[in-house]
Amino acid sequence: MSALLKVENIDAFYGDFQAVQQASFEVDEKKIVSVIGTNGAGKTTLMKVIGGTLAARGGKVWFADRDITGWPTYKIVELGLSQVPEGGKVFARMSVMENLIMGSYTPRARSGAKASLERVYELFPMLKEKAGQAAGSLSGGQRQMVAIGRALMSNPRLICFDEISLGLAPTVIKDIYARIRQLNAEGITIVLVEQDVKRSLKTCETAYIMLKGKVVLSGKSKDLTEDTVSKAYFGM
Amino acid sequence: MDAIIQSIIQGLLLGGLYAGVGIGMSMIFGIVQITNLAHGDFLVLASFVSLFVMGALGLNPFLSLIIVIPVMFFIGYAVQTTMLNKVLTRGAEPPLLITFGFSIIIQNLLLYYFTANAQKLSTPLLLKSIAVTDNIRIPIMYLISCLAGVVIILLLSVYMRVTYQGKAIRATSDDNDAAQLMGVNIKRTYGIAMGISMMTAGVTGVMIGTLFNFYPSSGSTYLIIAFAVVVIGGIGSINGTLVAGFIFGLAQVVGGQILGATYQQLIGYIVLLIMLIFRPQGLFSK
Ligand SMILES: Nc1ncnc2c1ncn2[C@@H]1O[C@H](COP(=O)(O)OP(=O)(O)O)[C@@H](O)[C@H]1O
Ligand SMILES: [Mg+2]
Repeated sequence: MSALLKVENIDAFYGDFQAVQQASFEVDEKKIVSVIGTNGAGKTTLMKVIGGTLAARGGKVWFADRDITGWPTYKIVELGLSQVPEGGKVFARMSVMENLIMGSYTPRARSGAKASLERVYELFPMLKEKAGQAAGSLSGGQRQMVAIGRALMSNPRLICFDEISLGLAPTVIKDIYARIRQLNAEGITIVLVEQDVKRSLKTCETAYIMLKGKVVLSGKSKDLTEDTVSKAYFGM
Repeated sequence: MDAIIQSIIQGLLLGGLYAGVGIGMSMIFGIVQITNLAHGDFLVLASFVSLFVMGALGLNPFLSLIIVIPVMFFIGYAVQTTMLNKVLTRGAEPPLLITFGFSIIIQNLLLYYFTANAQKLSTPLLLKSIAVTDNIRIPIMYLISCLAGVVIILLLSVYMRVTYQGKAIRATSDDNDAAQLMGVNIKRTYGIAMGISMMTAGVTGVMIGTLFNFYPSSGSTYLIIAFAVVVIGGIGSINGTLVAGFIFGLAQVVGGQILGATYQQLIGYIVLLIMLIFRPQGLFSK
């Protein structure tokens, strides 16, 4: 059985600047994989390539046994690959509920939107309380919850979380990570993009460490010591 | 006194229509971030399409809408998806130039096919009015035009809140990267938004064609009205557009009544200038 998501030798550029170089990684169904790296390592760029919002100059992306390289984003989402982008990117002028409804925009998700909404409200009861409030008025943690809920509404097979913990209080981070593990237990495959080595190693099964656009180390998280990871992470 | 009251009524009624003239432009400003310099010309194009349909099928102006509205939607969708979408990533100038080009093309095509003569969409309703008192009357066509303007704005606002496609349009204007991640096809959404904008130009174009003479070159008059309404109301604010329409209509007609009809246009522009100086973000923007 092949991997659910497979990224092969991706090269990505902003103008002449190469932000990702020959990056490869893969994620098996129902697993949690981390992509770890410092600020500027190229993690977000790689996620953009996977989601189709940035075209790679080289390499391939496979999802659910299909070559999705160069596909428009809306088709990729329709296949069940969803993203919680860096910073959440909630629709600030729309209500929490409307944000969630937007998550079920694809034909794949629309028919099950009601049930999905209940599920999201169960996972984050806070979102139900704030359903009518503009998403832009929420705190950082609450906005991340909207972004996660919105991704879930698409009925995804895989979700990429890009630095979900950035700028959040430790208790909030803990809570959000618990939810992510719960989603994984329910069968959703997870890609966790993180700067925090310790927390991501604790959560994932397999980790890929990126440095200056390249994947410099990878392995089962139980085989990776924090020390070897840190060395790769800082390029020592 | 009666004359003033009469002009207030007429100004408000015209204002409702002006709001309808501005809403389509405001929408495209807010969502696609394009200044559609051809908005007025598209509106006049709709008047001519109506004229043609009325002649060919023997319909009245109102029934001609059955054809004008879908035709205008199609034109808007096509212009957006085949041309404007291709240049969106290249900064503000290329789309601006395309709309400017359309303004010239439409004017000249209309001139070629319809000559420079004054046209009017005739309806017996133009001469009818409701008497309020002996000297104050509500002209029926002004009333219908006002209602048309207000109704398209209300319908638009419901559409934007209730339907998936309407929400997708709002989401796209909030954050178009994030909207893509929800599965929204941005280019198609822009096409639909422009199509809807042109539908509003279609309805208001037909109303204006029944009220006033129009020529192939009339577009600029309505572009400026649309522009004024957008500036006064604040970009992307539906309520703002409505209020701005009323203010602009009132200023024109009441000002014209006091200072003389020849000043009617000028007064409108002065209101616009005052707004640009003292509250350039519009009445209803934060
Ligand atoms: N839109 C952009 N234009 C130009 N350079 C960019 C852009 N986004 C990111 N970069 C650069 O690409 C590199 C990788 O960035 P990014 O993928 O955001 O890293 P990470 O998510 O790991 O912090 C960085 O050097 C960054 O400065
Ligand atoms: Mg990043």
